[in-house]
Amino acid sequence: MLFKIIDVRSVWRTVGGDTLRDIALVCVADAIIAVTFGAISVAGGLPSWVPVSMSLLVFAGGAQFAAAGVMLAGGSAAAAVAAGLVLNTRLVPYGFAVADVFDGPWWTRLAGAHVVTDESVAFALRQPDRARRRAAFWACGAGLFVVWNLAVAAGVFAGRYVGNTNAIGLDAVFPAVLLALVLPALADRATLWAALAGAAVAVAVTPVLPPGLPVLLALAGVALLVRPPSAERRRRANQAEAG
Amino acid sequence: MRALIVAVLAAGTYAFRLTGPLLRHRLNMPDRLQRLTSSAAAVLLVALVAVAALTQGHGFAGWARPAGVLVGGIFAARKAPLPLVVVAAAVTTALLRVAGLH
Repeated sequence: MLFKIIDVRSVWRTVGGDTLRDIALVCVADAIIAVTFGAISVAGGLPSWVPVSMSLLVFAGGAQFAAAGVMLAGGSAAAAVAAGLVLNTRLVPYGFAVADVFDGPWWTRLAGAHVVTDESVAFALRQPDRARRRAAFWACGAGLFVVWNLAVAAGVFAGRYVGNTNAIGLDAVFPAVLLALVLPALADRATLWAALAGAAVAVAVTPVLPPGLPVLLALAGVALLVRPPSAERRRRANQAEAG
Repeated sequence: MRALIVAVLAAGTYAFRLTGPLLRHRLNMPDRLQRLTSSAAAVLLVALVAVAALTQGHGFAGWARPAGVLVGGIFAARKAPLPLVVVAAAVTTALLRVAGLH
C-alpha cells in the first residue's frame, strides 16, 4: 500500500529534486536526533522497548524526549504523559493546515494523520499547489517515519556500548535541535517575550517541583499573549466612545 | 507503568493528529485560536530548551551543555543546516568536557 502512495518517480516529477534533497537532509538530521534519543534512553536506564515503542507509536521527537526525560528523572507517570501531550497540542492546528493532502480512502487519512510532524507539515505548506503539497507531505512523512524508527533502534543498540553518552556531548543535541526548530517562531516579538517569561518560570521552579511540571508552568507565559488584543479592543472601544 | 505512559501518550498524540483531517469539513479552527496554539507550542518548546539545557534533576547541569546548545543556536540562527547544528552542539559540549569544564 505504501508503495502506491510513495511512487518515488512520480514524487520526483511532482515535487522536484530540490525539495527531495531538502527532505533527505532533514531525514539525516532527524536520524542523528533519533540515534541520540535511543542512546540516551537506554544509557539512562530505560529498557529498550520504551524508546522503540514510543518512536513507533508516538512518533514525535520533542514529546518523546520530554516524556523519556521525566521517566529518567523519576517523575510521575502523569507528569511524563502531560509533558508529552502538551507539546503535541501543536499537532491539532497542523492537522487542520494539511487536512486537504489526505483526502481519499479512510485508511490514507488514518495513516497520513500518524505522519503529521513539524517537518512534513512544513514541507507540505511550502508547495504551491495541492498535488505538490500531497507529494511533499507523503515523501517527508513516510521517509521520516522509516528513518526515525531505524535510527532509534540503532541508537538503542549503540547506547548499550557507549556507557556515558554525556562524554560525547549527546545531552546538548536535543535542546540545540529544539532551539533550531523554534527559532523562526520567535521572530514574532510577542511570542518571544512570552517564551522568555515562560522559560524563566520553568527554570526557576525546577529545583523545587517534580520533573515535568516546570515546563508545563511555562504556559503561564502564554497569558502575556492573551493580553495585548484585549488591550487593543479596549482602546478601540474607548475610541468608539470618544467618537 | 511505563507501558501505560507510552500507550496514553501515543493515543493522545494520535487523537491530536486526527482532529484536523476528521473535522475540517465540520468546523473551522478560529484563526486566533490557531495562532494562540502555535505560540503556546513555541513557549513550551523554549521552556523545554531552557530546562533541558540548564538543569539536570533539580540542579544546574554545568556549563558545558548550555554552551553547546548556545553554539548550536548560533549556527541555527545563521541558517546552518540541521545536521551541522547537531554536530556543532555535541562537539562543543564534548570538547569543553575534555578540557575539564563541566
